[in-house]
Amino acid sequence: MSAKGAADPMTAPILQAEGLTMRFGGLTAVDAVSFTAMQGDITAIIGPNGAGKTTMFNCITGFYRPTEGALRLMRDGAPVELQRLAGHRIARAGVARTFQNIRLFQGMTALENLLVAQHNTLMASTGFGIGALLGAPGYRRAEKLAIAKAVRWLEATGLIDRADDPAGALPYGQQRRLEIARAMCTDPVLLCLDEPAAGLNPRESEELATLLRAIRDGGCSILLIEHDMGVVMGISDRVVVLDHGRKIADGPPAEVRADAKVIAAYLGEGDDA
Amino acid sequence: MPYVGQVWGKKGKPVAYALQQLINGISLGMIYGLIAVGYTMVYGIIGMINFAHGDIFMIGAFIALISIVMLVSGGIMEGPAAILIVLLVSMCVTALYGWTVERVAYRPLRGSFRLAPLISAIGMSIVLQNYVQVAQGARVKPIEPLLPGGVEVMRADAFVVQFSYMQMLIIAVTLAVLGIFTWLVTRTPLGRAMRACEQDRKMASLLGIDTDRTISLTFVIGAALAAVAGSMYLLRYGVIDFYIGFLAGVKAFTAAVLGGIGSLPGAVLGGLLIGLIETFWSAYFSVQYKDVAAFSILVLVLIFMPTGLLGRAEVEKV
Repeated sequence: MSAKGAADPMTAPILQAEGLTMRFGGLTAVDAVSFTAMQGDITAIIGPNGAGKTTMFNCITGFYRPTEGALRLMRDGAPVELQRLAGHRIARAGVARTFQNIRLFQGMTALENLLVAQHNTLMASTGFGIGALLGAPGYRRAEKLAIAKAVRWLEATGLIDRADDPAGALPYGQQRRLEIARAMCTDPVLLCLDEPAAGLNPRESEELATLLRAIRDGGCSILLIEHDMGVVMGISDRVVVLDHGRKIADGPPAEVRADAKVIAAYLGEGDDA
Repeated sequence: MPYVGQVWGKKGKPVAYALQQLINGISLGMIYGLIAVGYTMVYGIIGMINFAHGDIFMIGAFIALISIVMLVSGGIMEGPAAILIVLLVSMCVTALYGWTVERVAYRPLRGSFRLAPLISAIGMSIVLQNYVQVAQGARVKPIEPLLPGGVEVMRADAFVVQFSYMQMLIIAVTLAVLGIFTWLVTRTPLGRAMRACEQDRKMASLLGIDTDRTISLTFVIGAALAAVAGSMYLLRYGVIDFYIGFLAGVKAFTAAVLGGIGSLPGAVLGGLLIGLIETFWSAYFSVQYKDVAAFSILVLVLIFMPTGLLGRAEVEKV
Protein backbone atom coordinates (compact mmCIF):
# COMPACT_ATOMS: atom_id res chain seq x y z
CA MET A 1 0.00 0.00 0.00
CA SER A 2 1.47 3.33 -1.02
CA ALA A 3 1.75 6.28 1.30
CA LYS A 4 -0.16 8.29 -1.27
CA GLY A 5 -3.14 5.97 -0.97
CA ALA A 6 -3.20 6.47 2.77
CA ALA A 7 -2.92 10.25 2.44
CA ASP A 8 -5.73 10.46 -0.07
CA PRO A 9 -8.25 7.87 1.07
CA MET A 10 -10.91 8.71 -1.49
CA THR A 11 -8.85 7.35 -4.36
CA ALA A 12 -9.95 3.73 -4.61
CA PRO A 13 -12.61 1.43 -3.24
CA ILE A 14 -11.54 -1.58 -1.17
CA LEU A 15 -14.89 -3.33 -0.97
CA GLN A 16 -17.94 -3.00 -3.18
CA ALA A 17 -21.25 -4.61 -2.33
CA GLU A 18 -23.78 -4.71 -5.13
CA GLY A 19 -27.40 -5.69 -4.57
CA LEU A 20 -26.40 -7.87 -1.65
CA THR A 21 -29.36 -9.97 -0.52
CA MET A 22 -29.53 -12.67 2.14
CA ARG A 23 -32.71 -14.65 2.73
CA PHE A 24 -33.35 -17.21 5.43
CA GLY A 25 -36.41 -19.07 4.20
CA GLY A 26 -39.09 -16.39 3.94
CA LEU A 27 -37.15 -13.79 5.92
CA THR A 28 -35.07 -11.29 4.00
CA ALA A 29 -32.41 -10.19 6.46
CA VAL A 30 -30.44 -8.09 3.98
CA ASP A 31 -32.34 -6.63 1.06
CA ALA A 32 -30.45 -5.46 -2.04
CA VAL A 33 -27.85 -3.39 -0.20
CA SER A 34 -25.16 -1.68 -2.24
CA PHE A 35 -22.33 0.33 -0.73
CA THR A 36 -18.66 1.00 -1.20
CA ALA A 37 -15.94 1.07 1.42
CA MET A 38 -12.90 3.15 0.48
CA GLN A 39 -9.32 2.14 0.85
CA GLY A 40 -7.71 3.52 3.99
CA ASP A 41 -11.06 4.42 5.52
CA ILE A 42 -12.85 3.29 8.62
CA THR A 43 -16.35 2.49 7.43
CA ALA A 44 -19.02 1.88 10.04
CA ILE A 45 -22.25 -0.01 9.52
CA ILE A 46 -24.89 1.04 12.00
CA GLY A 47 -28.57 0.47 12.46
CA PRO A 48 -31.14 -0.52 15.08
CA ASN A 49 -31.31 -4.09 16.37
CA GLY A 50 -32.32 -6.56 13.70
CA ALA A 51 -31.34 -4.23 10.87
CA GLY A 52 -29.22 -6.93 9.22
CA LYS A 53 -25.78 -5.61 10.14
CA THR A 54 -24.35 -8.88 11.42
CA THR A 55 -25.90 -10.85 8.56
CA MET A 56 -24.23 -8.58 6.04
CA PHE A 57 -20.97 -8.95 7.91
CA ASN A 58 -21.28 -12.70 7.83
CA CYS A 59 -21.72 -12.55 4.06
CA ILE A 60 -18.64 -10.39 3.61
CA THR A 61 -16.46 -12.67 5.72
CA GLY A 62 -17.69 -15.93 4.22
CA PHE A 63 -19.70 -17.09 7.18
CA TYR A 64 -22.81 -17.08 5.01
CA ARG A 65 -23.10 -17.28 1.26
CA PRO A 66 -25.29 -14.41 0.03
CA THR A 67 -28.50 -15.39 -1.75
CA GLU A 68 -27.96 -12.74 -4.41
CA GLY A 69 -25.60 -9.96 -5.24
CA ALA A 70 -21.90 -9.47 -5.57
CA LEU A 71 -19.16 -8.61 -3.10
CA ARG A 72 -16.00 -7.37 -4.67
CA LEU A 73 -12.76 -6.98 -2.78
CA MET A 74 -10.27 -4.77 -4.63
CA ARG A 75 -6.91 -6.16 -3.86
CA ASP A 76 -4.02 -4.51 -5.70
CA GLY A 77 -6.54 -3.11 -8.16
CA ALA A 78 -7.82 -6.56 -9.18
CA PRO A 79 -11.34 -7.44 -8.05
CA VAL A 80 -11.89 -10.69 -6.10
CA GLU A 81 -15.45 -12.00 -6.04
CA LEU A 82 -15.81 -12.87 -2.37
CA GLN A 83 -19.23 -14.50 -2.63
CA ARG A 84 -17.73 -17.31 -4.68
CA LEU A 85 -14.92 -18.23 -2.32
CA ALA A 86 -14.77 -20.90 0.37
CA GLY A 87 -14.23 -19.63 3.93
CA HIS A 88 -10.49 -20.13 4.13
CA ARG A 89 -9.98 -18.57 0.69
CA ILE A 90 -11.69 -15.37 1.81
CA ALA A 91 -9.17 -15.09 4.60
CA ARG A 92 -6.37 -15.68 2.13
CA ALA A 93 -7.82 -12.99 -0.14
CA GLY A 94 -7.24 -10.53 2.69
CA VAL A 95 -10.40 -10.24 4.77
CA ALA A 96 -10.14 -10.81 8.52
CA ARG A 97 -12.80 -10.48 11.14
CA THR A 98 -13.62 -10.52 14.83
CA PHE A 99 -16.84 -11.60 16.47
CA GLN A 100 -19.43 -9.97 18.68
CA ASN A 101 -19.19 -12.98 20.99
CA ILE A 102 -15.45 -13.47 21.13
CA ARG A 103 -14.20 -16.55 19.30
CA LEU A 104 -10.64 -17.04 20.42
CA PHE A 105 -9.14 -20.49 20.70
CA GLN A 106 -9.69 -20.53 24.45
CA GLY A 107 -7.43 -23.44 25.23
CA MET A 108 -4.43 -22.03 23.37
CA THR A 109 -2.13 -19.34 24.65
CA ALA A 110 -2.38 -15.78 23.41
CA LEU A 111 0.80 -16.25 21.39
CA GLU A 112 -0.44 -19.49 19.86
CA ASN A 113 -3.65 -17.78 18.81
CA LEU A 114 -1.58 -15.30 16.84
CA LEU A 115 0.57 -18.06 15.34
CA VAL A 116 -2.46 -20.02 14.15
CA ALA A 117 -3.46 -16.92 12.21
CA GLN A 118 -0.15 -17.13 10.36
CA HIS A 119 -0.63 -20.78 9.51
CA ASN A 120 -0.65 -20.25 5.75
CA THR A 121 2.57 -18.30 5.61
CA LEU A 122 4.21 -20.84 7.89
CA MET A 123 2.97 -23.83 5.96
CA ALA A 124 3.80 -22.39 2.56
CA SER A 125 7.33 -21.52 3.58
CA THR A 126 7.97 -24.97 4.99
CA GLY A 127 6.77 -27.27 2.25
CA PHE A 128 3.43 -27.86 3.98
CA GLY A 129 4.76 -29.00 7.28
CA ILE A 130 7.32 -31.44 6.00
CA GLY A 131 10.04 -28.88 6.59
CA ALA A 132 8.74 -28.39 10.10
CA LEU A 133 8.95 -32.11 10.79
CA LEU A 134 12.51 -32.25 9.57
CA GLY A 135 13.46 -29.07 11.36
CA ALA A 136 14.52 -27.41 8.11
CA PRO A 137 16.30 -24.06 8.46
CA GLY A 138 13.65 -22.41 6.27
CA TYR A 139 11.05 -23.41 8.79
CA ARG A 140 13.02 -22.06 11.73
CA ARG A 141 13.41 -18.75 9.93
CA ALA A 142 9.70 -18.63 9.07
CA GLU A 143 8.73 -19.44 12.63
CA LYS A 144 11.04 -16.76 13.97
CA LEU A 145 9.40 -14.21 11.69
CA ALA A 146 5.95 -15.41 12.71
CA ILE A 147 6.79 -15.08 16.39
CA ALA A 148 8.27 -11.62 15.77
CA LYS A 149 5.08 -10.50 14.09
CA ALA A 150 2.96 -11.98 16.88
CA VAL A 151 5.08 -10.19 19.47
CA ARG A 152 4.70 -6.93 17.57
CA TRP A 153 0.92 -7.20 17.72
CA LEU A 154 0.95 -8.30 21.34
CA GLU A 155 2.89 -5.14 22.07
CA ALA A 156 0.58 -2.98 19.97
CA THR A 157 -2.41 -4.31 21.88
CA GLY A 158 -0.68 -4.18 25.27
CA LEU A 159 -0.86 -7.93 25.80
CA ILE A 160 2.80 -8.82 25.74
CA ASP A 161 2.78 -9.76 29.44
CA ARG A 162 0.00 -12.27 28.83
CA ALA A 163 1.62 -14.00 25.83
CA ASP A 164 1.82 -17.43 27.45
CA ASP A 165 -1.52 -17.36 29.27
CA PRO A 166 -4.43 -19.34 27.84
CA ALA A 167 -6.63 -16.98 25.85
CA GLY A 168 -9.68 -18.08 27.81
CA ALA A 169 -8.11 -16.86 31.05
CA LEU A 170 -7.70 -13.25 29.90
CA PRO A 171 -10.14 -10.58 31.06
CA TYR A 172 -12.84 -9.57 28.61
CA GLY A 173 -11.28 -6.37 27.33
CA GLN A 174 -7.97 -8.10 26.67
CA GLN A 175 -9.69 -10.93 24.82
CA ARG A 176 -11.26 -8.33 22.54
CA ARG A 177 -7.87 -6.79 21.79
CA LEU A 178 -6.33 -10.22 21.28
CA GLU A 179 -9.00 -11.02 18.74
CA ILE A 180 -8.10 -7.88 16.82
CA ALA A 181 -4.40 -8.78 17.04
CA ARG A 182 -5.15 -12.25 15.74
CA ALA A 183 -7.12 -10.87 12.82
CA MET A 184 -4.23 -8.52 11.98
CA CYS A 185 -1.79 -11.42 11.96
CA THR A 186 -3.46 -12.77 8.82
CA ASP A 187 -2.14 -9.66 6.99
CA PRO A 188 -5.57 -8.45 5.92
CA VAL A 189 -6.32 -5.57 3.56
CA LEU A 190 -9.76 -5.29 5.13
CA LEU A 191 -10.42 -5.80 8.83
CA CYS A 192 -14.03 -6.42 9.80
CA LEU A 193 -14.95 -5.81 13.43
CA ASP A 194 -18.29 -6.89 14.85
CA GLU A 195 -19.09 -4.56 17.76
CA PRO A 196 -15.53 -4.17 19.00
CA ALA A 197 -16.54 -1.75 21.75
CA ALA A 198 -19.34 -3.89 23.18
CA GLY A 199 -18.87 -4.32 26.91
CA LEU A 200 -15.86 -2.01 27.13
CA ASN A 201 -15.66 0.81 29.65
CA PRO A 202 -15.09 4.38 28.38
CA ARG A 203 -11.33 4.22 28.93
CA GLU A 204 -11.08 0.90 27.07
CA SER A 205 -13.23 2.32 24.27
CA GLU A 206 -10.83 5.22 23.92
CA GLU A 207 -7.87 2.80 23.76
CA LEU A 208 -9.72 0.80 21.15
CA ALA A 209 -10.29 3.90 19.03
CA THR A 210 -6.58 4.69 19.21
CA LEU A 211 -5.71 1.12 18.19
CA LEU A 212 -8.12 1.21 15.26
CA ARG A 213 -6.74 4.52 14.03
CA ALA A 214 -3.22 3.06 14.24
CA ILE A 215 -4.32 0.04 12.20
CA ARG A 216 -5.94 2.28 9.58
CA ASP A 217 -2.86 4.46 9.39
CA GLY A 218 -0.84 1.28 8.92
CA GLY A 219 -2.69 0.80 5.65
CA CYS A 220 -5.45 -1.64 6.53
CA SER A 221 -9.00 -0.56 5.77
CA ILE A 222 -11.58 -1.20 8.48
CA LEU A 223 -15.23 -2.08 8.32
CA LEU A 224 -17.07 -2.14 11.63
CA ILE A 225 -20.44 -2.66 13.14
CA GLU A 226 -20.93 -0.70 16.30
CA HIS A 227 -23.66 0.34 18.68
CA ASP A 228 -21.55 2.77 20.66
CA MET A 229 -22.28 5.98 18.78
CA GLY A 230 -19.46 7.77 20.55
CA VAL A 231 -16.98 5.37 19.00
CA VAL A 232 -18.67 5.37 15.59
CA MET A 233 -18.89 9.14 15.24
CA GLY A 234 -15.41 9.59 16.66
CA ILE A 235 -13.45 7.35 14.35
CA SER A 236 -15.47 6.59 11.23
CA ASP A 237 -14.71 8.21 7.91
CA ARG A 238 -17.97 6.99 6.48
CA VAL A 239 -21.15 5.57 7.95
CA VAL A 240 -23.65 3.24 6.29
CA VAL A 241 -27.03 3.00 8.01
CA LEU A 242 -29.23 -0.07 7.67
CA ASP A 243 -32.81 -0.51 8.78
CA HIS A 244 -34.94 -3.59 8.23
CA GLY A 245 -32.33 -4.97 5.85
CA ARG A 246 -32.27 -1.89 3.61
CA LYS A 247 -29.73 0.88 3.33
CA ILE A 248 -31.30 4.17 4.43
CA ALA A 249 -28.28 6.46 4.53
CA ASP A 250 -24.63 6.52 3.58
CA GLY A 251 -22.07 9.28 4.06
CA PRO A 252 -19.74 11.08 6.47
CA PRO A 253 -20.71 10.83 10.17
CA ALA A 254 -21.88 14.42 10.55
CA GLU A 255 -24.17 14.15 7.54
CA VAL A 256 -25.63 10.82 8.62
CA ARG A 257 -26.28 12.07 12.13
CA ALA A 258 -28.47 14.84 10.76
CA ASP A 259 -30.37 12.60 8.34
CA ALA A 260 -34.09 12.56 9.06
CA LYS A 261 -34.52 8.93 8.05
CA VAL A 262 -31.74 7.84 10.41
CA ILE A 263 -33.25 9.76 13.32
CA ALA A 264 -36.61 8.23 12.55
CA ALA A 265 -35.15 4.72 12.42
CA TYR A 266 -33.48 5.13 15.80
CA LEU A 267 -36.11 7.12 17.67
CA GLY A 268 -39.23 5.92 15.92
CA GLU A 269 -41.26 8.06 13.54
CA GLY A 270 -42.99 11.11 14.85
CA ASP A 271 -46.76 11.59 14.74
CA ASP A 272 -46.51 13.98 11.85
CA ALA A 273 -44.37 11.65 9.71
CA MET B 1 18.65 -65.86 29.13
CA PRO B 2 20.57 -63.23 31.11
CA TYR B 3 19.42 -62.69 34.64
CA VAL B 4 19.70 -59.19 36.06
CA GLY B 5 17.79 -59.38 39.33
CA GLN B 6 18.43 -61.03 42.66
CA VAL B 7 17.09 -64.44 43.64
CA TRP B 8 14.08 -64.29 45.93
CA GLY B 9 12.75 -67.03 48.15
CA LYS B 10 9.26 -68.52 48.21
CA LYS B 11 7.87 -65.39 49.84
CA GLY B 12 8.72 -63.34 46.77
CA LYS B 13 6.48 -65.37 44.52
CA PRO B 14 3.34 -63.18 44.72
CA VAL B 15 5.49 -60.11 44.11
CA ALA B 16 7.11 -61.76 41.12
CA TYR B 17 3.75 -62.81 39.76
CA ALA B 18 2.38 -59.30 40.09
CA LEU B 19 5.48 -57.81 38.51
CA GLN B 20 5.11 -60.08 35.49
CA GLN B 21 1.50 -58.98 35.10
CA LEU B 22 2.58 -55.36 35.36
CA ILE B 23 5.06 -55.82 32.50
CA ASN B 24 2.51 -57.65 30.37
CA GLY B 25 -0.19 -55.14 31.18
CA ILE B 26 1.93 -52.13 30.30
CA SER B 27 3.03 -53.51 26.95
CA LEU B 28 -0.56 -54.44 26.07
CA GLY B 29 -1.80 -51.07 27.33
CA MET B 30 0.69 -49.25 25.11
CA ILE B 31 -0.87 -50.89 22.07
CA TYR B 32 -4.36 -49.89 23.18
CA GLY B 33 -3.09 -46.39 23.88
CA LEU B 34 -1.72 -45.99 20.37
CA ILE B 35 -5.06 -46.98 18.86
CA ALA B 36 -6.99 -44.86 21.36
CA VAL B 37 -5.08 -41.74 20.28
CA GLY B 38 -6.57 -42.17 16.80
CA TYR B 39 -10.10 -42.33 18.19
CA THR B 40 -9.64 -39.36 20.42
CA MET B 41 -7.99 -37.19 17.74
CA VAL B 42 -10.76 -37.75 15.23
CA TYR B 43 -13.39 -37.21 17.88
CA GLY B 44 -11.70 -34.01 18.96
CA ILE B 45 -11.60 -32.53 15.50
CA ILE B 46 -14.90 -33.59 13.92
CA GLY B 47 -16.85 -34.92 16.89
CA MET B 48 -17.32 -38.34 15.38
CA ILE B 49 -16.41 -41.81 16.60
CA ASN B 50 -14.48 -43.43 13.77
CA PHE B 51 -15.67 -46.99 14.15
CA ALA B 52 -13.48 -48.08 11.25
CA HIS B 53 -10.37 -47.19 13.24
CA GLY B 54 -10.03 -50.67 14.75
CA ASP B 55 -10.00 -52.08 11.25
CA ILE B 56 -7.36 -49.59 10.21
CA PHE B 57 -5.32 -51.11 13.05
CA MET B 58 -6.00 -54.55 11.54
CA ILE B 59 -4.93 -53.32 8.10
CA GLY B 60 -1.72 -52.03 9.69
CA ALA B 61 -1.06 -55.48 11.15
CA PHE B 62 -1.63 -57.10 7.75
CA ILE B 63 0.62 -54.66 5.90
CA ALA B 64 3.29 -55.45 8.51
CA LEU B 65 2.69 -59.16 7.98
CA ILE B 66 3.04 -58.85 4.22
CA SER B 67 6.21 -56.80 4.48
CA ILE B 68 7.70 -59.24 7.00
CA VAL B 69 6.98 -62.12 4.67
CA MET B 70 8.61 -60.26 1.81
CA LEU B 71 11.61 -59.02 3.77
CA VAL B 72 12.44 -61.77 6.22
CA SER B 73 11.10 -64.88 4.56
CA GLY B 74 12.46 -63.57 1.27
CA GLY B 75 15.82 -63.51 3.03
CA ILE B 76 16.50 -59.83 2.31
CA MET B 77 17.13 -58.73 5.87
CA GLU B 78 16.31 -59.64 9.43
CA GLY B 79 16.50 -58.47 13.04
CA PRO B 80 15.85 -54.94 14.32
CA ALA B 81 16.58 -53.27 10.96
CA ALA B 82 13.83 -55.36 9.38
CA ILE B 83 11.44 -54.35 12.16
CA LEU B 84 12.14 -50.68 11.48
CA ILE B 85 11.49 -51.09 7.74
CA VAL B 86 8.33 -53.07 8.44
CA LEU B 87 7.10 -50.33 10.76
CA LEU B 88 7.74 -47.59 8.21
CA VAL B 89 6.10 -49.48 5.35
CA SER B 90 3.10 -50.31 7.49
CA MET B 91 2.74 -46.70 8.67
CA CYS B 92 2.89 -45.29 5.14
CA VAL B 93 0.50 -47.74 3.51
CA THR B 94 -1.95 -47.67 6.41
CA ALA B 95 -1.88 -43.87 6.42
CA LEU B 96 -2.99 -44.04 2.80
CA TYR B 97 -5.89 -46.26 3.86
CA GLY B 98 -6.81 -43.81 6.58
CA TRP B 99 -6.76 -40.91 4.13
CA THR B 100 -8.88 -42.83 1.63
CA VAL B 101 -11.47 -43.84 4.22
CA GLU B 102 -11.91 -40.21 5.26
CA ARG B 103 -12.09 -38.98 1.68
CA VAL B 104 -14.54 -41.64 0.49
CA ALA B 105 -16.74 -42.30 3.48
CA TYR B 106 -16.71 -39.21 5.73
CA ARG B 107 -15.93 -36.05 3.83
CA PRO B 108 -18.94 -36.26 1.50
CA LEU B 109 -21.12 -36.49 4.61
CA ARG B 110 -19.70 -33.45 6.36
CA GLY B 111 -22.50 -31.00 7.00
CA SER B 112 -24.98 -33.84 6.89
CA PHE B 113 -26.84 -34.89 10.05
CA ARG B 114 -24.71 -36.08 12.94
CA LEU B 115 -25.38 -39.80 12.70
CA ALA B 116 -24.60 -40.07 8.98
CA PRO B 117 -20.79 -40.31 9.25
CA LEU B 118 -21.16 -42.64 12.23
CA ILE B 119 -23.21 -45.08 10.20
CA SER B 120 -20.82 -44.65 7.31
CA ALA B 121 -17.97 -45.54 9.69
CA ILE B 122 -19.67 -48.75 10.74
CA GLY B 123 -20.16 -49.58 7.07
CA MET B 124 -16.52 -48.81 6.35
CA SER B 125 -15.51 -51.13 9.18
CA ILE B 126 -17.48 -53.98 7.61
CA VAL B 127 -16.05 -53.19 4.18
CA LEU B 128 -12.47 -53.29 5.44
CA GLN B 129 -12.99 -56.54 7.34
CA ASN B 130 -14.53 -58.28 4.36
CA TYR B 131 -11.96 -56.87 2.00
CA VAL B 132 -9.14 -58.36 4.07
CA GLN B 133 -11.04 -61.60 4.52
CA VAL B 134 -11.43 -61.93 0.76
CA ALA B 135 -7.92 -60.78 -0.07
CA GLN B 136 -6.04 -62.62 2.69
CA GLY B 137 -8.36 -65.48 3.60
CA ALA B 138 -10.22 -66.05 6.82
CA ARG B 139 -7.64 -68.29 8.45
CA VAL B 140 -5.35 -67.11 11.22
CA LYS B 141 -1.97 -65.95 9.90
CA PRO B 142 1.09 -66.76 12.00
CA ILE B 143 4.64 -65.40 11.73
CA GLU B 144 7.94 -66.58 13.20
CA PRO B 145 9.05 -64.45 16.15
CA LEU B 146 11.39 -61.76 14.84
CA LEU B 147 12.86 -60.86 18.17
CA PRO B 148 12.92 -63.85 20.51
CA GLY B 149 14.35 -63.89 24.01
CA GLY B 150 14.36 -61.39 26.81
CA VAL B 151 15.71 -60.56 30.23
CA GLU B 152 14.85 -62.28 33.48
CA VAL B 153 14.06 -59.51 35.83
CA MET B 154 13.31 -61.49 38.96
CA ARG B 155 13.33 -65.08 40.10
CA ALA B 156 11.31 -66.23 43.08
CA ASP B 157 11.14 -69.92 43.87
CA ALA B 158 10.33 -71.52 40.52
CA PHE B 159 8.63 -68.44 39.09
CA VAL B 160 10.67 -66.40 36.64
CA VAL B 161 9.72 -62.88 35.72
CA GLN B 162 10.51 -62.23 32.09
CA PHE B 163 10.79 -58.96 30.30
CA SER B 164 11.00 -59.99 26.67
CA TYR B 165 12.90 -57.97 24.09
CA MET B 166 9.66 -57.67 22.19
CA GLN B 167 7.93 -56.04 25.16
CA MET B 168 10.84 -53.66 25.58
CA LEU B 169 10.59 -52.82 21.90
CA ILE B 170 6.85 -52.19 22.16
CA ILE B 171 7.31 -49.87 25.10
CA ALA B 172 10.28 -48.07 23.54
CA VAL B 173 8.66 -47.64 20.13
CA THR B 174 5.37 -46.50 21.64
CA LEU B 175 7.07 -43.95 23.85
CA ALA B 176 9.14 -42.69 20.90
CA VAL B 177 6.12 -42.46 18.60
CA LEU B 178 4.05 -40.71 21.26
CA GLY B 179 6.93 -38.33 21.92
CA ILE B 180 7.17 -37.38 18.25
CA PHE B 181 3.42 -37.11 18.07
CA THR B 182 3.19 -34.86 21.14
CA TRP B 183 5.85 -32.62 19.65
CA LEU B 184 3.93 -32.52 16.39
CA VAL B 185 0.71 -31.47 18.08
CA THR B 186 2.14 -28.93 20.50
CA ARG B 187 5.01 -27.37 18.56
CA THR B 188 4.38 -27.37 14.82
CA PRO B 189 2.06 -25.25 12.70
CA LEU B 190 0.23 -28.41 11.67
CA GLY B 191 -0.45 -29.27 15.31
CA ARG B 192 -1.61 -25.75 16.03
CA ALA B 193 -3.97 -25.93 13.07
CA MET B 194 -5.31 -29.24 14.36
CA ARG B 195 -5.94 -27.82 17.81
CA ALA B 196 -7.52 -24.71 16.30
CA CYS B 197 -9.87 -26.83 14.17
CA GLU B 198 -10.70 -28.86 17.23
CA GLN B 199 -11.70 -25.80 19.22
CA ASP B 200 -13.53 -23.83 16.53
CA ARG B 201 -13.46 -25.18 13.01
CA LYS B 202 -15.33 -22.27 11.41
CA MET B 203 -13.04 -19.72 13.04
CA ALA B 204 -9.96 -21.64 11.94
CA SER B 205 -11.24 -21.52 8.40
CA LEU B 206 -11.83 -17.76 8.72
CA LEU B 207 -8.16 -17.41 9.61
CA GLY B 208 -7.20 -19.09 6.36
CA ILE B 209 -6.66 -22.64 7.56
CA ASP B 210 -7.74 -25.27 5.07
CA THR B 211 -9.85 -27.30 7.49
CA ASP B 212 -10.51 -30.15 5.07
CA ARG B 213 -6.82 -30.73 4.64
CA THR B 214 -6.24 -30.51 8.38
CA ILE B 215 -8.93 -33.14 8.97
CA SER B 216 -7.37 -35.38 6.30
CA LEU B 217 -4.02 -35.10 8.04
CA THR B 218 -5.63 -36.01 11.35
CA PHE B 219 -6.86 -39.23 9.80
CA VAL B 220 -3.46 -39.89 8.24
CA ILE B 221 -1.66 -39.44 11.56
CA GLY B 222 -4.24 -41.51 13.43
CA ALA B 223 -3.88 -44.31 10.89
CA ALA B 224 -0.08 -44.21 11.09
CA LEU B 225 -0.27 -44.59 14.89
CA ALA B 226 -2.73 -47.47 14.48
CA ALA B 227 -0.28 -49.06 12.04
CA VAL B 228 2.44 -48.92 14.69
CA ALA B 229 0.02 -50.57 17.11
CA GLY B 230 -0.92 -53.20 14.51
CA SER B 231 2.72 -54.03 13.76
CA MET B 232 3.51 -54.30 17.46
CA TYR B 233 0.50 -56.52 18.01
CA LEU B 234 1.62 -58.82 15.20
CA LEU B 235 5.20 -58.99 16.46
CA ARG B 236 4.15 -59.60 20.04
CA TYR B 237 1.41 -62.18 19.56
CA GLY B 238 2.55 -63.69 16.27
CA VAL B 239 -0.92 -64.40 14.91
CA ILE B 240 -3.51 -62.14 13.30
CA ASP B 241 -6.73 -62.52 11.35
CA PHE B 242 -9.17 -60.17 9.67
CA TYR B 243 -11.25 -59.87 12.82
CA ILE B 244 -8.66 -58.59 15.34
CA GLY B 245 -9.65 -54.99 14.64
CA PHE B 246 -13.06 -55.34 16.18
CA LEU B 247 -12.14 -56.24 19.74
CA ALA B 248 -8.96 -54.16 19.78
CA GLY B 249 -10.94 -51.24 18.38
CA VAL B 250 -13.67 -51.47 20.99
CA LYS B 251 -11.06 -51.79 23.76
CA ALA B 252 -9.18 -48.76 22.49
CA PHE B 253 -12.41 -46.84 22.22
CA THR B 254 -13.10 -47.77 25.84
CA ALA B 255 -9.62 -46.52 26.68
CA ALA B 256 -10.29 -43.22 24.92
CA VAL B 257 -13.56 -42.76 26.82
CA LEU B 258 -11.95 -43.78 30.09
CA GLY B 259 -9.18 -41.24 29.62
CA GLY B 260 -11.65 -38.57 28.52
CA ILE B 261 -12.47 -38.51 24.85
CA GLY B 262 -10.78 -35.62 23.09
CA SER B 263 -7.80 -35.66 25.44
CA LEU B 264 -4.56 -37.03 24.00
CA PRO B 265 -2.75 -37.82 27.27
CA GLY B 266 -6.06 -39.25 28.44
CA ALA B 267 -6.09 -41.74 25.56
CA VAL B 268 -2.65 -43.06 26.48
CA LEU B 269 -3.52 -43.22 30.17
CA GLY B 270 -6.80 -44.95 29.38
CA GLY B 271 -5.00 -47.47 27.17
CA LEU B 272 -2.54 -48.28 29.92
CA LEU B 273 -5.33 -48.69 32.46
CA ILE B 274 -7.39 -50.96 30.21
CA GLY B 275 -4.30 -53.05 29.45
CA LEU B 276 -3.47 -53.35 33.13
CA ILE B 277 -7.04 -54.09 34.22
CA GLU B 278 -7.39 -56.77 31.58
CA THR B 279 -4.06 -58.41 32.40
CA PHE B 280 -4.52 -58.38 36.16
CA TRP B 281 -8.09 -59.61 35.86
CA SER B 282 -6.90 -62.54 33.72
CA ALA B 283 -4.12 -63.28 36.18
CA TYR B 284 -6.10 -63.19 39.42
CA PHE B 285 -9.67 -63.96 38.40
CA SER B 286 -10.57 -65.53 35.10
CA VAL B 287 -9.32 -65.17 31.56
CA GLN B 288 -12.78 -65.75 30.16
CA TYR B 289 -14.16 -62.66 31.86
CA LYS B 290 -11.35 -60.24 31.02
CA ASP B 291 -13.40 -58.45 28.38
CA VAL B 292 -16.33 -58.22 30.76
CA ALA B 293 -14.01 -56.55 33.25
CA ALA B 294 -12.72 -54.06 30.69
CA PHE B 295 -16.17 -53.13 29.45
CA SER B 296 -17.63 -52.93 32.94
CA ILE B 297 -15.10 -50.19 33.50
CA LEU B 298 -16.51 -48.39 30.48
CA VAL B 299 -20.01 -48.60 31.94
CA LEU B 300 -18.88 -47.40 35.36
CA VAL B 301 -16.91 -44.52 33.89
CA LEU B 302 -19.81 -43.40 31.76
CA ILE B 303 -22.10 -43.44 34.79
CA PHE B 304 -19.86 -41.78 37.36
CA MET B 305 -17.37 -39.76 35.30
CA PRO B 306 -18.97 -39.00 31.95
CA THR B 307 -16.05 -36.80 30.92
CA GLY B 308 -13.44 -39.46 31.73
CA LEU B 309 -10.29 -39.11 33.78
CA LEU B 310 -8.65 -36.21 31.96
CA GLY B 311 -11.56 -34.98 29.87
CA ARG B 312 -12.97 -31.53 30.33
CA ALA B 313 -16.64 -30.88 30.59
CA GLU B 314 -18.16 -29.33 27.51
CA VAL B 315 -19.32 -25.90 28.43
CA GLU B 316 -21.98 -24.71 26.08
CA LYS B 317 -21.88 -20.93 25.89
CA VAL B 318 -25.11 -19.15 25.29
